Amino acid sequence: MKVATKAYGLIEVDERQRISFPLGLLGFESFKEYILLDAERQPFYWLQSLEVEQIAFILINPFLFRPDYELDINDEELKDIGLSGPEKALIFSIVTIPSGGSPMTANLQGPLIINRDIRSGKQAVLTDPRWKTKHDIIEELAAVRQGTC
Amino acid sequence: MLILSRKINEKIMIGEDISISIIEIRGDQVRIGVDAPKTVKVFRQEVFDAIKAENKAAAESKPVFPELDFGAKRDPL
Repeated sequence: MKVATKAYGLIEVDERQRISFPLGLLGFESFKEYILLDAERQPFYWLQSLEVEQIAFILINPFLFRPDYELDINDEELKDIGLSGPEKALIFSIVTIPSGGSPMTANLQGPLIINRDIRSGKQAVLTDPRWKTKHDIIEELAAVRQGTC
Repeated sequence: MLILSRKINEKIMIGEDISISIIEIRGDQVRIGVDAPKTVKVFRQEVFDAIKAENKAAAESKPVFPELDFGAKRDPL
């Protein structure tokens, strides 16, 4: 399928990269269809809206810089996207790269959970006070490295 | 909006299985107990607002990726 993307312009994308968010994302409730693309730099991804070219989010696997990350989500909430357990779930954090030069941050309080079988996802809201909307990725990655060396 | 006056230890029922109790009133702060089934999500409004604001900021991200060494790439798909 041909998709107009914010990062790459019009490109050909495999149908299997398509992910539905039946409830949308918070603040973007009316946009429900996305595709997941590799970003030009690993390990980032783009979540590109199929409906509006200018709506695209940068994603990262949060466990890469926070191996201690935990998501406490009840089973009922996972049922929204057809998940009965964590085995088939993909977890992403949305990344913010401010244009003013402030640090790149990841939102660990509102992770995206995707059922990799049916490619349906939702944004969860975590109540654990350890997880905030702005985690400095570089700082936390450095802290992890120091802890393991 | 429905507006109800309650005293400490009095409750409000929402439907048949959600009850809201006024636990304590101190100055301009009220402590509220919420008893609801697990399927009902109860959050502070600020949490939603913060995530909404962060999603908006993320959507306006500068698409310039810093060079970072995360080790081996893990492909989630």
